[in-house]
Amino acid sequence: MQLITVAGSPSVGKTSVILQVAKLLKQDGFAVGVAKFDALSSDDGRLYAQHEIPVAVGLAGALCPDHYFVSNIEDCLAWGQRQGLDVLLSESAGLCNRCSPHIGGVLAICVVDALAGVHTPKKIGPMLRLADLVAITKGDIVSQVEREVFAFHVRLANPGAPALFCNGLTGQGAADLARHIRAAAPTPSLEGSRLRFSMPSAVCPYCVGETAIGETHQRGNVKKMRFADREESR
Amino acid sequence: MSLAELPFALLLERHPQVAEFVAALALPSAAPGASLAQWLAGLPDEALFDAGMQRGQLLDHLERLVAEVRALAEAPDARVDSLTLLGGRDKSGRAEDLELVFRAGEIVCIIGPTGSGKSRLLADIECLAQGDTPTGRRVLINGAEPPAERRYAPDRKLVAQLSQNMNFVVDLSARELIEMHARCRMVADPQGMARTVIACANALTGEKFAADSAVTQLSGGQTRALMIADAALLSASPVVLIDEIENAGVDRKRALDLLVGGAKIVLISTHDPLLALRGARRLVIRNGGIAEVLDTSPAERRNLQRIERLDAGLMGIRERLRAGLRIEEELPWAE
Repeated sequence: MQLITVAGSPSVGKTSVILQVAKLLKQDGFAVGVAKFDALSSDDGRLYAQHEIPVAVGLAGALCPDHYFVSNIEDCLAWGQRQGLDVLLSESAGLCNRCSPHIGGVLAICVVDALAGVHTPKKIGPMLRLADLVAITKGDIVSQVEREVFAFHVRLANPGAPALFCNGLTGQGAADLARHIRAAAPTPSLEGSRLRFSMPSAVCPYCVGETAIGETHQRGNVKKMRFADREESR
Repeated sequence: MSLAELPFALLLERHPQVAEFVAALALPSAAPGASLAQWLAGLPDEALFDAGMQRGQLLDHLERLVAEVRALAEAPDARVDSLTLLGGRDKSGRAEDLELVFRAGEIVCIIGPTGSGKSRLLADIECLAQGDTPTGRRVLINGAEPPAERRYAPDRKLVAQLSQNMNFVVDLSARELIEMHARCRMVADPQGMARTVIACANALTGEKFAADSAVTQLSGGQTRALMIADAALLSASPVVLIDEIENAGVDRKRALDLLVGGAKIVLISTHDPLLALRGARRLVIRNGGIAEVLDTSPAERRNLQRIERLDAGLMGIRERLRAGLRIEEELPWAE
């Protein structure tokens, strides 16, 4: 079985892209399943089920979604194996642009949204920079100028990685993604595997329920903003 | 000298994309005279962690970035002398049985009722279909199957698209956006290029706009004019697909002359007689397939001139109405 990590900011169109790709892979006789990671709620489980794609849904709830991902991905892999899948796509949202679920040796796809603006590729961290393949969605509704500029910025953000326009509605580009997925190395186990980049640290009283504001509540991993006007007076 | 040995200051000076990347990560700058390797070694772990990259990954990224920019600058612009369309099948599965060759500088129109499959044909060409789309059509470039890498370089695609669904969404002025596009295309003088493109767009539209206008504030006609001027003068793509040009405020004749003047192949899906008769040929689409290929006849060319006169008359009336004038004289051309 092959594991593929698909990551992208919320609402970029990950699910639509996966549905288009899964349709093609199924036509080729592959058993395809999805491990869907979401934060608070998700309707996509139903959507996948409608398309007869086995799905395991995990809601991170109060936990940092990427920490939740990494603590559960092995169990997802085992689930996929029990289902007899050939391809398991994990879908997760990088909520702060700093997280990345990509794993060494596992094909990593980042989905970015051309509608988000030409500067966005610069603002996305390891999720985009360390992906093997970039799918650009919603290219059909922005101008050709912005398409070219956006794609150029994606190339600068992840030089050398193939980037392709993918339309979740028409399926444009899905055939190319499916081709890469078919060629990906299998993932028999994740034991000993490593994330391509560490998860952001988030260890402070607010992680565990503190709501009060004030210096006395800021303990653990605290980082303070710097202000230019205060810097000068130092 | 390897990249890592290069003095950091020189690296930033030689490679503006690296300088931009480092600035975007908000990493501290190097001590005077330090090499890239020394800068990397001296970075606090915390700064790297915040930036989302390890030292090795950062060095690897910068090396790939420099190589990519060099490859982009050195890659010759794709030249397409001809595009060959090998027929597939229509919605009933009937074979199209045709082989059409479109040549640089040619305008080909695509005609048919809504839902007949015009957009599907444009989509087949856009993705350089190789029998892998529902129609089973194939597209050859200069008579040969396009190499795979042509399909995976979205910023250097062979095919540019202009459709009615497309809008400017970015929060930039026309000048800033076109200059940015020019820099992406590695144009030597981005400011000069932006001036040329904007002047050209203004020549296409009745309502002129200033270079400092926000692109999201442009009218429909101004938007389309700027997209066309950019596609003609700055886009890398030698093939342009147009899904209808609204008649609102764009000089369609000049727009097409501009596009084919750059030796591009232009395919237009349209219901507009002025555009439909301007092409050398028109493809008639029925039931998802190309049902007929009509060459524009001499009689049709003569009629095109008549229609153009009618259109000019109508445009004149429009302009006068906008200026607050009355339209009370006889209109012999409308009798």
